[in-house]
Amino acid sequence: MIRMNKGLDMLQKNRKLQFTLLLLFILLSSASVYFLERSVTAFLLLLGSLLLLHYTHLSKKIKWSIALILLVVIIPLATSGGTSQQDYMEVAVQTGIYIAMALGLNIVVGFAGLLDLGFVAFFAIGAYTYGIFASPQAATLFHSNIFPLGGAWFWPFIIIGGLIAALFGILLGIPVLRVKGDYLAIVTLGFGEIIRIVFNNLDKPINITNGAQGLSQIQQPELFGFTFSLASQFYYIVIAILLIVIIGVQRLENSKLGRSWKAIREDEIAAQAMGIPLVKTKLWAFALGASFSGMMGVVFSAKNMFVDPSSFTLIESITILVMVILGGMGSIPGVILGAAVISVLNLQILTEITNFLTQTINIPETLSPTKMQRLIFGVILVLIAVYRPKGLITAKTKQFDPKELADQTISDK
Amino acid sequence: MSHIFSALPQVLVDGLTLGAIYAVVALGYTMVYGILELINFAHGEVFMTGAFIGTGLLLSMGAFGSALPAWITLILILILTALLTGLLGMGIEKLAYRPLRKAPKLIPLISAIGISFILQDLVRFLAEWKTGNYIVTGTTLFEGKLTIPFSSIIGTFQNATIKTNTLILIGITIAIMFMLDIFVNRTKWGTAMRAVAQDQETASLMSINVNKVISLTFFIGSAIGGATGFLFAQQYATIDPYIGFILGLKAFTAAVLGGIGNIRGAMFGGLLLGVLEVFAAANLSTLTSGVFGSEYKDVFAFAILILVLIFKPEGLFGKSAKEKV
Repeated sequence: MIRMNKGLDMLQKNRKLQFTLLLLFILLSSASVYFLERSVTAFLLLLGSLLLLHYTHLSKKIKWSIALILLVVIIPLATSGGTSQQDYMEVAVQTGIYIAMALGLNIVVGFAGLLDLGFVAFFAIGAYTYGIFASPQAATLFHSNIFPLGGAWFWPFIIIGGLIAALFGILLGIPVLRVKGDYLAIVTLGFGEIIRIVFNNLDKPINITNGAQGLSQIQQPELFGFTFSLASQFYYIVIAILLIVIIGVQRLENSKLGRSWKAIREDEIAAQAMGIPLVKTKLWAFALGASFSGMMGVVFSAKNMFVDPSSFTLIESITILVMVILGGMGSIPGVILGAAVISVLNLQILTEITNFLTQTINIPETLSPTKMQRLIFGVILVLIAVYRPKGLITAKTKQFDPKELADQTISDK
Repeated sequence: MSHIFSALPQVLVDGLTLGAIYAVVALGYTMVYGILELINFAHGEVFMTGAFIGTGLLLSMGAFGSALPAWITLILILILTALLTGLLGMGIEKLAYRPLRKAPKLIPLISAIGISFILQDLVRFLAEWKTGNYIVTGTTLFEGKLTIPFSSIIGTFQNATIKTNTLILIGITIAIMFMLDIFVNRTKWGTAMRAVAQDQETASLMSINVNKVISLTFFIGSAIGGATGFLFAQQYATIDPYIGFILGLKAFTAAVLGGIGNIRGAMFGGLLLGVLEVFAAANLSTLTSGVFGSEYKDVFAFAILILVLIFKPEGLFGKSAKEKV
């Protein structure tokens, strides 16, 4: 035991050793992903190396470069070994979409402390924004030949989708932010349902969303004549957006706005007394959170080439919430981990276990773990709330040294 | 327009039926909120569980049940269901809310959502396992129908039909509300409950066992919610594990409408919301000349909720509370 502790101690101090061990781990897991035919365990280990990276004591620069190399080069390469590359990449793309959304919700729930249970509405708004204009729907709607817009329009639409979602976030926020705490949760839940029902029924009097049938034949993204159609190609789009989102959130967290959010979360009245404009600050949280979701909505509709209201039910909102809660409210690495765990659990582990069980002991279909999603989410929520309300990776608040602050000349006004 | 007027009696009957259900479920929300200032998200699920327990009991009674007179079966099942869901409610409180009483407000809400998902899936699992389908159609105890001759009172009205089940439902829910009102206002335990709602610490100094009172509140709220669930199953015949969520949300709307924490307000809010919703479902498409159909009835209910919360968050009968620092 003592020797083990010593070993751990040495490992914590010795960065070179950490680095080599990490490399070894990456090498082994990527090799096994490459050579084994469709092994979920190997793939999970490869993804786990990112978590391992988080816990190493390497400098920030090295961490970021290793993460980038892993994401951009090693993971796509390692998965290209077998026939199941697109399956892996599909999982990776969906995980990326969820991570971005969870980071958006983290701004609202984690930083600003506003419980939003209708978050998927903004995802839907983004998805429909692109879906309407990039499918034949717009042509019938506006009686114009310029529609559907070509795939090159995907890129500006990432921004447009984000902006429109942000706009809706503000529109929702203005009336809703007058209510507090648990009321806010209920109102946002109602809003989420309203958006879904409206999209479901907006095929009359004017056919805008094509109702329950949804929009099909949505254009795929195009760049200089190259069409993105496979999951392994979308992977790069998602990674690029995700990087921007992560850097953005990290910059936000310790900005003036980020500190105001946290102040409001801790004590609204005290924050107001310190001169923080409550409504404006909360609206920013809603708008920014919504915009991440809206951007990913655009990607989602372009990837699936199809949107319909059934993708935007309450369970999706709750799924995203579970990711944030599990990972740790307000903690960016935590939320990324939470989103990755939940989406991989949903997309891969549950189906794998189901396949395994049906092959070995022939269980009835009702027992199949893929259907137990709600139960699993429920158990996670209760356990986390009761035993670990701060999540898997607890949020760290930046510490300031009072002495240093006192010596500093006041510069920013 | 004349159609709207002539169909009014039927709308009123259906609206009051739905409203009575909302009212009793709203009571559960309002009682818990009054005491703990917590939205018991799982309450809608307790209602749903009650519907399944009741229907399950009825189905499993089989031949034995048909030998008994229908009204005895009904009362037996109601009492059993109430007991079981009451215990369920107490268990939920103990497991998911009591450890979190001092936690920030967001946390119990999260565990409430968790409990509600667990219940949904457990019931789905059991129902699917036993019957092969999670949508369950129960048998009904009373088949009769009654026609109320509104047309003989005022000529333009159409007659309204009312099922025996509906009459029973309205009768029992009204009885529940009366009994609860008396219990809360006239008995010692009711006084204790109100004391705890006002100030937990002072109440505990007055030798009131706060934990017991909170448990009792959960028991009563869940018991009447669960019993209403069975009445709901009798009234509408088909139930599934997901009925509780939306219905719970609407019942919560009713509680807010009447002023949350206010028991009589919740009853009134429930009835009002039920009538409004049925009216909207029946007439929205006529009133808006086809732009909005009855599929917007849920939107209508949520819109009421949002409007009330924004413009009159204390509800119709509630006192507005000042926030203390």
